[in-house]
Amino acid sequence: MDFMVFQYPMISVQACLDGILLGILFALIAYGMALQWGVMNIINIAQGDLVILGGYIAYFMYLYGIHPAWGVIVAPIIMYFVGVCLYKLVINKVVDRDLFISILATFGISILFMQLMNFAFGADVVLANSGYGTTFLFDSAVVLPNSKIFSAFISILFAICLVIYMKKSKLGRAIRATAQNARAAKILGVDTEKVYAATFGINAALCGVAGALISITFTIHPYMGLPYTIRSFMIVIVAGLGNLPGVAMSGMGLGVFEEFADYILGTEFRIGSVFLLLVLILVYRRFKLSRKREYLK
Amino acid sequence: MNKNNLILYIGILIFGLSAPFIFPAFKVQLSILCILIVLATTWNIQGGEMGYNSFGNILFYGLGMYLCASVQVGMFFPLAEWTESGGEKTFVHTPSQFFQGMAVGLAVAAIIPTIVAGLIGYAILGLRGHYFAICTLGLGVAAGEISGGIEIIGAGQGFTTPPFPDVGGLEARGEFFYLLSFGTLVLTFIAVRAIYFTRFKLILNAIRDNEDKAEAMGIQTMKYKIIGWMISAFFCGLAGGIMGGLVGYIDSTDVAFDGREMGVFMVLMAILGGKGTLWGPVIGATVFHIFKEGFWTFFLGWQYVALGFLIVVIVIYFPEGIMGWLREKYPERFGEVVDEADRKAQVELK
Repeated sequence: MDFMVFQYPMISVQACLDGILLGILFALIAYGMALQWGVMNIINIAQGDLVILGGYIAYFMYLYGIHPAWGVIVAPIIMYFVGVCLYKLVINKVVDRDLFISILATFGISILFMQLMNFAFGADVVLANSGYGTTFLFDSAVVLPNSKIFSAFISILFAICLVIYMKKSKLGRAIRATAQNARAAKILGVDTEKVYAATFGINAALCGVAGALISITFTIHPYMGLPYTIRSFMIVIVAGLGNLPGVAMSGMGLGVFEEFADYILGTEFRIGSVFLLLVLILVYRRFKLSRKREYLK
Repeated sequence: MNKNNLILYIGILIFGLSAPFIFPAFKVQLSILCILIVLATTWNIQGGEMGYNSFGNILFYGLGMYLCASVQVGMFFPLAEWTESGGEKTFVHTPSQFFQGMAVGLAVAAIIPTIVAGLIGYAILGLRGHYFAICTLGLGVAAGEISGGIEIIGAGQGFTTPPFPDVGGLEARGEFFYLLSFGTLVLTFIAVRAIYFTRFKLILNAIRDNEDKAEAMGIQTMKYKIIGWMISAFFCGLAGGIMGGLVGYIDSTDVAFDGREMGVFMVLMAILGGKGTLWGPVIGATVFHIFKEGFWTFFLGWQYVALGFLIVVIVIYFPEGIMGWLREKYPERFGEVVDEADRKAQVELK
């Protein structure tokens, strides 16, 4: 336990700013999860592994001498096709089935991806150096790497683009229609199979962007996927499906929580505190729901 | 229990007791198989029968593992110094100390997880469906991460369990742990089989099929759900305690709270065998273990890839499991009345 964070207010400011910048990234991943959850009713445990895969794409570009920030453009394109392939191979067989089947199947995909990435890229913790330098605020009391600001800016940009795309484009309208009522959408001539594939692809592309940004700002490691899945799941259940400002707010809240947990409990309990928070949120939600005892289906 | 069944059970019992002497080279493998069957069978009680698919039974397994080893050490020596020295170097258990510690440790390893299950049960079993699955997944991982940060049980560097005392060497060690795990297996099977002939099992099935209706029929579903989970926790803790002694080394995320391996294995074995059946998990665990030990070496580092692939294939193409497949093929054996004409018509249709 370390309460320095309360004695020196500047550390709190640092933790808040770090947390908010981090939380914007989480919110981007969570938006992908909300999308596929809402449209296909699937909880994708492999979400975090898609993020890490996107990160490795950017890292590889960095290794070959290309600036990793270009990964923000390359990773989603590759990841879109990975997502569509994944949909065609596995996900389309579990869409209409029991939710537990989809959880278990994506858990299998997650283990598979983890190990394949471990083979392909090695088990080291890596980071793509963007060379963006740092910004000093308040007489150098608060240190912000420019890469974090860059990643938050790019995340917001992508989120805005996606929202506009969902509102205006034909595919976006088809996706929203399918989310509302898949059967009615089918009757009205929407090819739901294609919509599902596109949704999963867009989700994977968002993961790719987030991963590329994470490889610039933080570190990536083949086994680090599951915490990202859990974070995005948590953000979605706190915010609710289809509530974009809520996703952004709870993402930032989670980021700030994590930074403070890091300072107070110590770094070794950081991931543990995220998982515990998930359990607490679910339990709180259960008591809140049981109080008004809604009847199901 | 009719005569044929009795002969079958006695045959299995005799085979089980004599197995370590027939296959002396496979003692450790057979002990692990027993533990796997225990885990799959108890997962089946609340996963298959009650419909609460948990990824978090690994919590009780790991808890039992740590508790058993800690009690075994802590009864005679200071625990902190033991973990600091990395185990056996400074302190040596005498044989009587070892067995005493093991007995008390196993009792604690079974009881504390049961109490924990009872305490958190009310909060967690109120969740339904996928919320429950993800919540228990989170519990398991959180337990692993947190225990990896606690100094007194070895933190990140692991915890060496007391080595087997010097009585009879390696042979005796293998036989002791085999008999212990086989005994646990027999105990588990008797308990689960007893459950299968009671009203309790019907209540669990009612909860699985439609919880709201079961509640409307006047069943206190929460009470039975917690009891079901506590039964799972009891045997998982016991299995974990034995496994800790068998492996000889406890690591927070790779041995005890190993959600990526043991936590998924138990779900997979129950599904492979057929969930919601008495024999399914037993068959599933046996097939899975033989497959794993027989072919794992061929994959040479690609085990996890094979495991992931296996999960996807089993879940998508084989969700009913071996027992479900047998049931479809030979419905008469399962006591279902089959209309001969109807069956012929179906064959013709195909």
